[in-house]
Amino acid sequence: MTVPGRDTTADTVRTQPIVTSDDVVRARQLARTLAVECGLSLVEQTKLVTAASELARNTLVYGGGGRMDGEVVSRTAGRGVRLNFTDHGPGIPDTDLALRDGWSSGTGMGLGLSGARRLVDDFVLRTEVGEGTAVTVVKWTH
Amino acid sequence: MSERLPILRIGENLLVSIQIDLDDQTVLNLQDDLAEQVVKHSARGVIIDITAAEIVDSFVGRMLATIASISRLLDAETVVVGMRPAVAITLVELGLSLGGVRTALNLERGLAILAEHAAARAAQA
Ligand SMILES: Nc1ncnc2c1ncn2[C@@H]1O[C@H](COP(=O)(O)OP(=O)(O)OP(=O)(O)O)[C@@H](O)[C@H]1O
Ligand SMILES: [Mg+2]
Repeated sequence: MTVPGRDTTADTVRTQPIVTSDDVVRARQLARTLAVECGLSLVEQTKLVTAASELARNTLVYGGGGRMDGEVVSRTAGRGVRLNFTDHGPGIPDTDLALRDGWSSGTGMGLGLSGARRLVDDFVLRTEVGEGTAVTVVKWTH
Repeated sequence: MSERLPILRIGENLLVSIQIDLDDQTVLNLQDDLAEQVVKHSARGVIIDITAAEIVDSFVGRMLATIASISRLLDAETVVVGMRPAVAITLVELGLSLGGVRTALNLERGLAILAEHAAARAAQA
């Protein structure tokens, strides 16, 4: 529901708290809803929802919980879905390492962050040790 | 809430169908339940039907690979069937090739693969 005549409008932001593993499921579902509303293709939807699943799980497991804020955004070239994952957990000391394929501080496969980055168009990771982590991703229609 | 998915037995094979969007604990439960059922029923094959799965992320992907390894150790073969094209494309980009996991396009072909295995086994015996 883009406001006619306006560029780079943001839809209403929808928030999903991420506190339990059920919330990871709900975050995926919200990502899917937004992707459908936005008009992403099936493959684009699947990529976005998969990235959301990885990032929501990281928010829960490493960030100690947090939230996902999602919205449909537009620009001249088309629309997209922006998802923002935030937590107030321990932060990531070495982001280069964390973004490396196969590196995990735990028992994971270390594919979540690096894989999510490949699956979306825009990817911004902001983190501070002791403060928390925020990951913003956008998937645009093509 | 974590749940336990029903595991069906068809002859010497076990079949589980992933119909809903699973939380991580349910995924882990499935891994344990399948290992237990393979031994309990001396199963020779395991079919995991992911036709209804809209995504496969790293957690579910790892579960599929782990189930394949566990059942191999327990003398059973695993075949994952019904992967959607969009899921396959996404998995590769995610970085998960699932190299050690046998796949088939659909249930029928999955059962055929298991039947071939059973025949090869019988020929060896
Ligand atoms: N929100 C976060 N807060 C703190 N650390 C994080 C956060 N997200 C990721 N990390 C760190 O980055 C590492 C890499 O994350 P990534 O998702 O790529 O792999 P993983 O979660 O360990 O394994 P996988 O996602 O493949 O199961 C994690 O092991 C963790 O140390
Ligand atoms: Mg992860």
